[in-house]
Amino acid sequence: MRRFLLLLAILLAGTVLPHTACADTASGEAGSLQPMATGEAVYHHVCQACHMPDGKGARNIAGAGFPALAGNARLQDPGYPIYMVLNGRGGMPWFSGLLNDKQIADVVNYVRTHFGNHWQDAAKPEAVSEMRPDIKLEE
Amino acid sequence: MTTESRYPAQTRRQLLTRIGILAGSAGLYQAMTSLGHAMGTDFKGPPHLTGARPGTTVLVLGAGLSGMLAAYELRRAGYSVRILEFQNRAGGRNITLRGGDTLTELGGATQKVGFAPGNYINPGPWRIPYHHQGLLHYCREFRIALEPFVQLNHNAWLHSSSTFGGKPVRYRELASDINGYTGELLAKAIDQHKLDDLVMPEEREHVLSTVRGWAGLSDKGTWASGARSSLRRGYDKMPSAGIDGAPTYSTPFPRAEVMKSGLWQWMAFPEALDMQTTMFQPVGGMDNIGKGFASRVHDLITLGCAVTSIHQDDHGVKVTYKDTAHGNAIREAAADYCVCTIPLPVLSQLDIQVSGPLKSAIAAVPYASSVKLAFEFKRRFWEEDDQIYGGISFTDQPISQISYPGHGALSKGPAVLLGGYMFGPAAYDFAGMTPAQRVEEGLRQGSVFHPKQYRSEFLNGIGVAWSRMPWTLGCCSMWSEQARKAHYKTLVSMDNRIVLAGEHASYVGCWQEGAILSSLAAATQLHKRATGAA
Repeated sequence: MRRFLLLLAILLAGTVLPHTACADTASGEAGSLQPMATGEAVYHHVCQACHMPDGKGARNIAGAGFPALAGNARLQDPGYPIYMVLNGRGGMPWFSGLLNDKQIADVVNYVRTHFGNHWQDAAKPEAVSEMRPDIKLEE
Repeated sequence: MTTESRYPAQTRRQLLTRIGILAGSAGLYQAMTSLGHAMGTDFKGPPHLTGARPGTTVLVLGAGLSGMLAAYELRRAGYSVRILEFQNRAGGRNITLRGGDTLTELGGATQKVGFAPGNYINPGPWRIPYHHQGLLHYCREFRIALEPFVQLNHNAWLHSSSTFGGKPVRYRELASDINGYTGELLAKAIDQHKLDDLVMPEEREHVLSTVRGWAGLSDKGTWASGARSSLRRGYDKMPSAGIDGAPTYSTPFPRAEVMKSGLWQWMAFPEALDMQTTMFQPVGGMDNIGKGFASRVHDLITLGCAVTSIHQDDHGVKVTYKDTAHGNAIREAAADYCVCTIPLPVLSQLDIQVSGPLKSAIAAVPYASSVKLAFEFKRRFWEEDDQIYGGISFTDQPISQISYPGHGALSKGPAVLLGGYMFGPAAYDFAGMTPAQRVEEGLRQGSVFHPKQYRSEFLNGIGVAWSRMPWTLGCCSMWSEQARKAHYKTLVSMDNRIVLAGEHASYVGCWQEGAILSSLAAATQLHKRATGAA
């Protein structure tokens, strides 16, 4: 399974992913993933869609929205952001099928050392690998 | 031997045949309908709820299709209903953007739509399958005019960056070549007796004639340049009149290139049940459905109510909200029961008093990210220069596609097309851009289809990122197999006095039909609970 996911992630880099079309999604999840060799690139192409380029997140008038990563004490333990990226929760989708171990470790290390965060203990791809859940998008 | 095995239960077909003989075709249709066939989705007709206890109150959260329909059916049943809506408009994700509209997303970017009068884009739902009988029923009931939506256009373009020199090819050329070459291979294999262990002697001729006719092969059984292939894939020079009226046949693309292209996926696409003809769209914009629904319940709706908490006890439901039309004043609304259609990404972050399992279910279904681009051009160059009337050109670039308006064909003046429709990685990428960057990138990629006109005829454009819409925080529900198994039944079951509705609370996710069916299921459940039947 892990090898499959890794292969999938390699295939994803710069190619089309013709997922099964689900509902009115035109082409399911098709669409090419930009090459993302660094944590900064992963953040730029995936995360900032919601957490915003400055990592400050955003909230609507009712208080719902995207949590700030900037100055976020919950990032102290790398296990927490790794878990969230892999599994998602609430409005946040799971990324276990989209990002490989290195990309997740890279982006976790990136947010933990930017946006006013200064956690220097870098997460390793192996740590991500050990936490990988089995989540499959419904056909 | 038991009697059961000697007299097997009659099959469905046997039963239907008997009913057909006895009752005629009308009886047959009725029987098929009641057995669940011949209709579209699981829609069984409106619920006909009656007999509510007088004075029983229902608070509906959200004036999208599911909320408005629940309110409509529950009021008819005799309930006293009120709807609180977050936005300053009813309709929810059933929305159309026209010139003068503004769109402010989380993060603060505001876009003003610059379309000419009469032009529009449907940034959310934009097409309706013929078998979505629940939605179609209420369109008929509420007198909402629909017209065909052009899904498949044989003259639209297909583009693969890595084949055919990176140049787009016509759908008809590619589809005809895939069918032709596949048929030729199969016919040859049968002719040369290479499939004798698979094709029975008595079916051999039938299979051959089917394959040859379906693929459009020549009399020699080949897919090659000639009259028969040009009748499908098109000519180099079309048949005409006068001395030079004779046509010039086209030549099929090389087989290896056709098979390597991966473009078969766009042939498979309109074969999916949800994309098959006939598809519909409302005349004048998708929001005419929302307006039609709102026309039945407008007196129940209070706009600008940002719900912050939903509490319940043995006596009723109490909802707290910010009244954005009156300086964000904190207000409370109470009722005996509540239908909550708030999108899950928002709901999962509110103070909501439901059981632990329901809380877990609400947090287990994220919404997909999706981005739509809409561009207005000075003229319909896709029609005038390219003979493309409606339908979709597909590409393997991130924008995924361009969809041309199927309405207003042959009209002059500015027109709007869908310049990109993205889910998954491309949607994350585009949502993270500024609106101006989305438009620029969409123009750059879309130029592959219309290199001469795309920049020079461009007037204005917008890029709608659904994950940044403050009132929904995403496009539509994204169910994993694991979440469906663990949480679906909990999500759709009434929790004391609160029941959820919306496309997310259905197996028809991301379609308006899901909102309709879920709304009816929720209203019916609430009615049973309130009348003591459940």
